[in-house]
Amino acid sequence: MEAKQIMFAIFAIVIVVFSVLTVTSRRILRAAVSLLMVLIATAGLYFLLNYQFMAAVQITLYAGGIVVLIIFSILLTSQISHKFERIETKKAIFSALAAIAGAVVVITTILNHSFSADTVAAAEIDMHVIGRSLLETGPDGYVLPFEVISVLLVAAMIGAIVIAKKGSPHKDEPAK
Amino acid sequence: MNSGIPLEFYLVLATVMFFTGVYGFLTRRNLITMLMSVELILNSVNINFMAFNRYLFPGKLEGHFFSLFVIAVAAAEAAVAIAIIINIYRRFTTINVEDVNQMKY
Repeated sequence: MEAKQIMFAIFAIVIVVFSVLTVTSRRILRAAVSLLMVLIATAGLYFLLNYQFMAAVQITLYAGGIVVLIIFSILLTSQISHKFERIETKKAIFSALAAIAGAVVVITTILNHSFSADTVAAAEIDMHVIGRSLLETGPDGYVLPFEVISVLLVAAMIGAIVIAKKGSPHKDEPAK
Repeated sequence: MNSGIPLEFYLVLATVMFFTGVYGFLTRRNLITMLMSVELILNSVNINFMAFNRYLFPGKLEGHFFSLFVIAVAAAEAAVAIAIIINIYRRFTTINVEDVNQMKY
């Protein structure tokens, strides 16, 4: 086995184990930390694919940004020592059946399809190419989605502030 | 073959991750843990985009940029979702979806 295959095996095991822990852990902070491990292992997969820029984005935005946001909201809304009650067996069984059935269908489809995978060696992508095509207007340019996503981010930020800010005390009285 | 790892390995791994997220979304009843399941699903789709880009279209960057934009949308979604969750917590002092039913009727 080559080093790359060993690294892929390690990342795959980490992803599978911590994904399952993310959705089954009964302590919410542990679930968040498991999610962090999954996202970091995914960044490792991007390094294996030789997409260094995406791996860096994955670590800074996902592992650095979103997970910290989630952990802060956990600290604001939940007791750390609180344990979720066990989910009903019936619900767990039917959900697992649905998930496993879907996974079986998709995996058999993937394995029966022969992909004409390219044999070109994995070349590193130059940062200049990424930056140029992000702001290019030609056929290989991505300036329109780039601008749309920036408007979306501004709208989301303003919306988040408006939703999360405290209203007047009379309005926020819970109507029982 | 590309560095000794077939494309199918990445796809199967992403499939397992995707359906783990689906299972979590179906069983969890806490808003934040449901949000975490959605993040798992989005992340598994990103792995697929990157693997397809590298193995099937190595000279292009479509999959690369698509997952870049998916990450940006996921960040916006997480920010808005957490704002809503905090607002719900202020109003009901719980974020369990079964106890939050004021707008249902």
